[in-house]
Amino acid sequence: MRAFTRSLRRRAGASVPLAYGAWAPGRQSPAYAASRFRPSAWIASTLLAAFLSLPALAVLPNEKLADPAMEARAREISKELRCLVCQNQSIDDSNADLARDLRVLVRERLVAGDSNEQVIAYVHDRYGDFVLLRPPVTGYTALLWGGPFVLLALAGFGTALYMRQRRRDVETMPAPTLTAEEEVRLAALLNDDKPGDGR
Amino acid sequence: MIPEIGHYALVLALLLAVAQSVMPLVGAARRDVAWMETGRMAAFAQLAAITVSFAALMQAHVVSDFSVLNVVNNSHSLKPMLYKVAGVWGNHEGSLLLWVFMLALFGAAVAGFGRNIPPTLKARVLGVQGLIGVGFLLFILVTSNPFARVYPAPIDGNDLNPLLQDPGLAFHPPFLYLGYVGFSVAFSFAVGALIEGRVDPAWGRWVRPWTLVAWSSLTMGIAMGSWWAYYELGWGGWWFWDPVENASLMPWLAGTALLHSAIVVEKRDALKTWTILLAILTFSLSLLGTFLVRSGVLTSVHAFAVDPQRGVAVLGLLILATGGGLLLFALRAHALKIGGLFSPLSREGALVLNNLLLSVSAAVVLIGTLMPLLLDAFGHKISVGAPYFNFITPFLTIPLVLVMALGPFMPWKRADLSGVLSRMWVVALLTFISVMLALWLAGVKPVMALVGIAMAAWAGFGAVWEVAERVKLFRVPLGESLSRAKGLPLGAWGTAVAHAGMGIAIAGMVGTTFWLAEDVRVMKLGDKASIAGYEVTLDKVEDLAVANYRTEMGSFMIRRDGKLVSTLTAERRWYPVAKMQTTEAAIHTTFYSDLYIVLGEENPGGGGWVVRLYHHPLVPWIWIGSLVMVLGGCLSLSDRRLRVGVPARRTAPVPAALQPAE
Repeated sequence: MRAFTRSLRRRAGASVPLAYGAWAPGRQSPAYAASRFRPSAWIASTLLAAFLSLPALAVLPNEKLADPAMEARAREISKELRCLVCQNQSIDDSNADLARDLRVLVRERLVAGDSNEQVIAYVHDRYGDFVLLRPPVTGYTALLWGGPFVLLALAGFGTALYMRQRRRDVETMPAPTLTAEEEVRLAALLNDDKPGDGR
Repeated sequence: MIPEIGHYALVLALLLAVAQSVMPLVGAARRDVAWMETGRMAAFAQLAAITVSFAALMQAHVVSDFSVLNVVNNSHSLKPMLYKVAGVWGNHEGSLLLWVFMLALFGAAVAGFGRNIPPTLKARVLGVQGLIGVGFLLFILVTSNPFARVYPAPIDGNDLNPLLQDPGLAFHPPFLYLGYVGFSVAFSFAVGALIEGRVDPAWGRWVRPWTLVAWSSLTMGIAMGSWWAYYELGWGGWWFWDPVENASLMPWLAGTALLHSAIVVEKRDALKTWTILLAILTFSLSLLGTFLVRSGVLTSVHAFAVDPQRGVAVLGLLILATGGGLLLFALRAHALKIGGLFSPLSREGALVLNNLLLSVSAAVVLIGTLMPLLLDAFGHKISVGAPYFNFITPFLTIPLVLVMALGPFMPWKRADLSGVLSRMWVVALLTFISVMLALWLAGVKPVMALVGIAMAAWAGFGAVWEVAERVKLFRVPLGESLSRAKGLPLGAWGTAVAHAGMGIAIAGMVGTTFWLAEDVRVMKLGDKASIAGYEVTLDKVEDLAVANYRTEMGSFMIRRDGKLVSTLTAERRWYPVAKMQTTEAAIHTTFYSDLYIVLGEENPGGGGWVVRLYHHPLVPWIWIGSLVMVLGGCLSLSDRRLRVGVPARRTAPVPAALQPAE
């Protein structure tokens, strides 16, 4: 399964039509036939389709659960799971076949009595980290999860230090020296209130 | 013949860019006026050459010259004229040509308007602009020639990606590029100042209008992109934390920080080193955005060219510009003198906090965007999506918005917090009332929605009350308040308007994120559905052939309290040449909300169509707020004190820079 998802993952320069699932069945055949002038056109357009095609067809009426509370939970979970064949879309937004299968799977697990966490763990076990739009907190995601807070702390600490240091520097700093010519020029710039002064 | 002229003009522009970079830099080092002057002339000439080149490509697109490969790949004879024109930049080669065109425009604008800038600094700024131009022109000519011919010429073209055939998106790239490229001027000013070895308040004042133009354009560009995504992609999302969106958000965050730190340089002669660094980083992030989008590292609707060689070339440019800028910074930053002193609790202090939070935000977006690529290299495949960003960003945005309203109430140098807060009691009261109103209308859950409304109200009312305070509204007679309002500098109005715009936009984001109502159902002709007090009837569904597409068009009657308020059409379009399908949502918009209807597939099981209905409360405010922010930027731009070095006759100095300067 992992090998399968890995092969699906390859994007730029891919040589297999990854994204055909994103095409709604029963419609005109998608861009498999390579165009005469753009050998790469069909790759581009299938990838485009993967990213943007018809999200309007995400959750279908026949997928909905009868219990509104459980359906709402299913929607919540779906927003956390990535459509593996799409560009940065959750299974909630995507109409790809794989996304549909996952949506149905999520609902089956819920009906079987799983909690939200159990459903996500179930899908995670089978599809790996890549399926989670909220990455797991582990060793290699430490920078991702810790980075923002460490950065904020460091920046705050650095700023505090800078303010103190500068206070000292300024107190010991000799008065700034400008040449007379510069003083005049600066004064002219800073008093640019009268019309015509601007030149 | 005309494409060859365009190609020739592009080569000429490269040579002129070389002249523009070498001559003034050498001239400034040798204090040689004639050499420095050559840089100015080269900037004008370069603009002229690139204009010819750009016009040549546009001509090829407009007349559908299918002997030009670029036109074949991105146009079709049946395509509406608007998109024939917009198609010029709707592809890799053309968009790069637009990029260098804007760069030359800014270069010529600096050459033409910057009359009061000291000649050596100006020569160095032009030289650095020239260097950037050399890099990008070489890139175009070597890897991405837009004028390549094809023989034999085909009968017709392959059409433009239908998703791009939309008025909202036709003008999204030019605004975005105006923003990206505009930050190159701040970069050039920073590098120029580092070579000069000095930064003073006047420098802050020279660099601010360019940053303002860039920031306003970028805000506009991002807002247009978001608006397009909202109505075109078919489920009413307005921000997806897609890597490509993040690529434009990073320079926006850094640019917003730069805009504010440059104020401190101008007013208080402080934060100079930081501002220089920020100017370098902002443009670097713009280049990074160009790299991410153009290289094919991230595949999306924007990545026209999935070509590793081009990616490597843009990466090279990015490393040269960023590396060169930072190296120069490391070597020279110590030469900058330390400026004015201030207490942490002051207007400067608030602006420092603003810079801290905005820069960390930009870094967070950078980490979230690049981490999957980075970990991929080590064999870990992860996804970083909306749930991650939605978790992290409130930690930064909530304090940011708190400070945003507080800052303008604080005096320079030293403030007294209790005094500031006591002046803001009206804002606190109005915020409380807004939250109570939201509570009454929508209930306690979700709590984050109430926090969001509090932020929006705090920012919006804070900005309004700040102006009211300044003009002593209700404390002096109304007439005096009015005359005080007239006397208020446009820059102060700009700040208040832009901050208020942010508050409005936040309200919109909160409304549609937390109070969205949706329904999906199968509807047959004549079926009724109700959502958020509206009654929606599917009236008819037609098949039509229009221009370069076919459409299935569903008509919906919208009733409220039994009265017909609107008749809407939602479409599913099929573009046979591009072999793509798009949706056109039906949107009934009021000031407070949007009713959003999407027509889906025919129901496979039986009759009828799958129809999606959404009610987006406050969603129009996202774009109203963005426009208000842009208006704030324009107001600030027209402040007299920024018009240094601009002929007095011009009423709007820097917007005038948007036209060719000749």
